Amino acid sequence: MKHIILFCVLLCTYTNLKAQGITDGSRVNGSFQVDGQYYMPDDALGINDSVIGGRKLGLNGFGKITYTLGNFTAGLRYEAYMTPILGFDPAQEGNGFPFFFVSYNSELIEVTAGSFYEQFGNGLVLRSYEEWTLGYDNAISGIKVVYKPFRGVSIKGVYGNQRYYWEKYERNKRGLVRGADAEVDLNEAIGSLQSSDFRVIVGASAVSKYQADNDPIYNLPENVGAFAGRLNLGWNRFNFMTEYAQKINDPSVMNNYIYKNGHAVLSSLSYSQKGLGVVLQLKRVDNMSFKSDRGISGNVLDIGFIPPINRTHSYSLAARYPYATQPNGEMGMQFQVNYKIPKGSLLGGKYGTGLAVNFSQVNDIKRTALNDTTPVGMPGTLGYSSGFFDVSDKILFRDLNIEVDKKFNTSWKAVFQYMNQYFDIETLQGKAGKKPVQAHIAVADVTWRVNAVNSLRMEAQGMWTKEDKGDWAGLLLEYAIAPTWFFTLADQYNYGNPDADQRHHYYMASFGYTKQATRVALTYGRQPEGVICVGGVCRQVPAASGLTLSLTTNF
Amino acid sequence: MKKYLILLSLVVFVQLLQAQQSEIPTVTIKTLDGKNFITTEISNDGKPVILSFWALWCKPCQKELDAFNELYDEWQEETGVKIYAVSIDDSRSTSRVMPFVNGKGWDFEVLIDANSDLKRAMNVNMIPHTFLIDGNGKIVAQHTSYFEGAELELYEKVKKLAGKK
Repeated sequence: MKHIILFCVLLCTYTNLKAQGITDGSRVNGSFQVDGQYYMPDDALGINDSVIGGRKLGLNGFGKITYTLGNFTAGLRYEAYMTPILGFDPAQEGNGFPFFFVSYNSELIEVTAGSFYEQFGNGLVLRSYEEWTLGYDNAISGIKVVYKPFRGVSIKGVYGNQRYYWEKYERNKRGLVRGADAEVDLNEAIGSLQSSDFRVIVGASAVSKYQADNDPIYNLPENVGAFAGRLNLGWNRFNFMTEYAQKINDPSVMNNYIYKNGHAVLSSLSYSQKGLGVVLQLKRVDNMSFKSDRGISGNVLDIGFIPPINRTHSYSLAARYPYATQPNGEMGMQFQVNYKIPKGSLLGGKYGTGLAVNFSQVNDIKRTALNDTTPVGMPGTLGYSSGFFDVSDKILFRDLNIEVDKKFNTSWKAVFQYMNQYFDIETLQGKAGKKPVQAHIAVADVTWRVNAVNSLRMEAQGMWTKEDKGDWAGLLLEYAIAPTWFFTLADQYNYGNPDADQRHHYYMASFGYTKQATRVALTYGRQPEGVICVGGVCRQVPAASGLTLSLTTNF
Repeated sequence: MKKYLILLSLVVFVQLLQAQQSEIPTVTIKTLDGKNFITTEISNDGKPVILSFWALWCKPCQKELDAFNELYDEWQEETGVKIYAVSIDDSRSTSRVMPFVNGKGWDFEVLIDANSDLKRAMNVNMIPHTFLIDGNGKIVAQHTSYFEGAELELYEKVKKLAGKK
């Protein structure tokens, strides 16, 4: 309750100040979002009153306000989970102000006190961010300084502790995070290179965490350092990026308390010109989980971020088996070609045809026992050895997908996709004893523009697999009156489920209204069990049935 | 009870601030080739600017930008409007953005907001989210979501700003 009073007091104070004209020259901005769900029992899906547990309502909401006056900015965010929507961690429950800050920002220096988000390079050794749809937030509370002493040079320093739901920081429980990063854009920094075709950006980071050692068995490192170096080269239409990170020994729940050092490397090479883009990405990760509490697992308190390098699919069946990074070890590659078949050619037609081919594969790394008496990964030892190019035959994930997008005339256009996926469900979703899923997926997304602002969109999807839940078919119809209204009807049918009693229809009806930045959407229906992933983080979503309201706006 | 109070106070608050006109906040993001880009560099000699947030995983965003791209020559000729498309793809896919943009043949400026710093500063909760900025750098309109034809309404506003109507 006190939070609401505080919120109202702030509000009234501001209104007052505004009325008196004291705030002239200043700006107030903010936004809020509420996602509410009302759950209904659904016997067919196995959701009865006891599954819901009497909790019929789930509500996630936030409101944030930023105040700017000259070079100063102050802001805070209020969050409420009462109770959290199904699939969010129960530890989210509660409400309060988890995020507030004051900052000063000039061309030379930027100083932030309070909560902040930051990323060094690709984030391998430090990335704090939030992803509302997943309930993910590892904001750092403390101090951040960004200093730009010369043109093309940027130096950053951070110090603080990370957010862990609503739990207050206590010095001897979770860790402290300290980090520094420097980046030099040589073309900017060195006058004679400014007009060069050859572009070079170099950067380096160092991060260390401190966590007291209260372990009764092991002698654990209280300070764990991680270091990364990166290079970005550009030459005409070519671009090369690489980052290498190393972490000293950091025994934790995540790596089963082994004392091995960790490393990760992420590289990409691309070529592009108008109408054509090609990119190849490679990565290797070995024992690189880096959290500010060694005793914790799950999607919390991550200091570093190991990006998965495969395509994030937009269509629901294509995204049924999403890959998530394996921080303990993986080696993968991705290759993508984007090509626009020119207008006027045979295949290009009047408007040109877009073509995209994407392939990615991730294998486990190969681990070799240190000696005859120590099994691989034994706690309290160095764990195993694995050379830089040691890759295992075990495929964790593979995805080949082809996409064509085509405009036929002013009223018809379509996107077609075919995907072939391999998904090691035992490793990636912990479903012991289950065979890897091998699936073919096809999608057709066709839009008919009825007139200037009215359109009808049809999305047909199919997934064919012998494993897990078997075959699926999906159909979605969406009528939109741009830019304001939409009405959607959809069904996903698990017609090939090996268990005949589980061949459910997951029907859904939805409509929404959008005006400027305000959007309201109401959805009624069933939601299949699945995984939602954004960036590198995924969240399990249980099957549910009911009503969902989503409201978002800003000011 | 609490929930309703929060909702109510937020709604009231929004009402109070509706008249406010904002500018683009100063945030450092990146260009496609990895250089730092300070948002104060977003400008168009007193002519309107469209700033649109998108990502590789967002189909409606790509449809919106495809629609812009198709009309961009015409729009530029008539009003001088300039489009910036800000990708919020994180380090998972930042290196795929440039090949994708070129593969699409998009002609506008594309920027990379890999840790969503600008997205947060501009209070973007969902994408696509598109801002219209006047010649003095003030945000005059914004819209979240995209459906076929929404670009026409946006362009009407652009024309008004450019004094063509």
